[in-house]
Amino acid sequence: MDIIAQLEAEQVAALSKDIPDFKAGDTIRVGYKVTEGTRSRVQMYEGVCISRKNGHGIAGSFTVRKISFGEGVERVFPLHSTNIDSITVVRRGRVRRAKLYYLRERRGKSARIAEVTNYKPKSAKA
Amino acid sequence: MRSGIIAKKVGMTRLFMEDGKQIPVTVLQLDTLQVVAQRTSETDGYSAVQLGAGAAKAKRTSKAMRGHFAAANVAPKRKIAEFRVSADNLIGVGEEISAEHFLEGQKVDVSGTSIGKGFQGAMKRHNFGGMRATHGVSISHRAHGSTGQCQDPGRVFKGKKMAGHMGAAKVTTQNLEVVKTDADRGLIMIKGAVPGSKGGWVTVKDAVKKKLPDGVPFPAGLKTAAAAAPAEAPEGGAE
Repeated sequence: MDIIAQLEAEQVAALSKDIPDFKAGDTIRVGYKVTEGTRSRVQMYEGVCISRKNGHGIAGSFTVRKISFGEGVERVFPLHSTNIDSITVVRRGRVRRAKLYYLRERRGKSARIAEVTNYKPKSAKA
Repeated sequence: MRSGIIAKKVGMTRLFMEDGKQIPVTVLQLDTLQVVAQRTSETDGYSAVQLGAGAAKAKRTSKAMRGHFAAANVAPKRKIAEFRVSADNLIGVGEEISAEHFLEGQKVDVSGTSIGKGFQGAMKRHNFGGMRATHGVSISHRAHGSTGQCQDPGRVFKGKKMAGHMGAAKVTTQNLEVVKTDADRGLIMIKGAVPGSKGGWVTVKDAVKKKLPDGVPFPAGLKTAAAAAPAEAPEGGAE
């Protein structure tokens, strides 16, 4: 393993984030730490994950889209960010693409995603 | 004035900080960095240390250089560089420098050979604006335009920015921050980008435009000093 991969693996291990198995199409709830002045609190952000980028490594990130007061909002979170308090999967979606950018042009009924009823977690890996 | 170091650029990654910040870092590696020779004001008229880094095959090293390394009693080195130091900061020949030469948070200047770009036009090489896309411009949308005046002076001034070879030149980036050092593996992590490609050699020196922080090791962060320090520490605690 080269030094960069080694350093990244070490950092991922050191951060020891509890990241659930989720992919594009899943509805997830992200607890994000926000600091207002001196005190900090955890803000919940719930929406559809429309993309996962750069895998599970230190550079990994995911995009969550939701409709807030009639306006589409997308936030990109680094997977291993120390600002992320928790990630929970609310609903498993059945989609046929890795990136759901087509949802940006859709509203209401056509922007729905069918739920996976027979979700089976992948065989537990390290 | 302290010596600098020779390091190899390994690549870039990111560090997540406790406060949620991400820092992009370049990882530099020290590979058996040893003092190969000294220059003193008596013999050479100035004081400096010659450092060597990396491992070279003895049979591919010239006989002259083999003799030079043999005189210092060090293995043949891949890369050699000289660093000016003040006379009291000379380092003994054969001493190995560790990554603890620099402190975390310290500012450094990093020099390297930039990635070669070949022959490039004025737009890429000097950030010229180019010409208009329409309004009668033909075939010369990316040309540099006028290069000067008329019959007086009747020539193009020297130093006129024009197309030509770009990159593969020595570049120094000043005031980069050392984010982390790892003495065991000989790694130095520097915030931001560093000139050159992965696997290239760079030199790292204390920043000339910033004050040296307190606690930097003099004359250098040596491996022998690091090995001696833990041995002395228990004695100091017992007293």
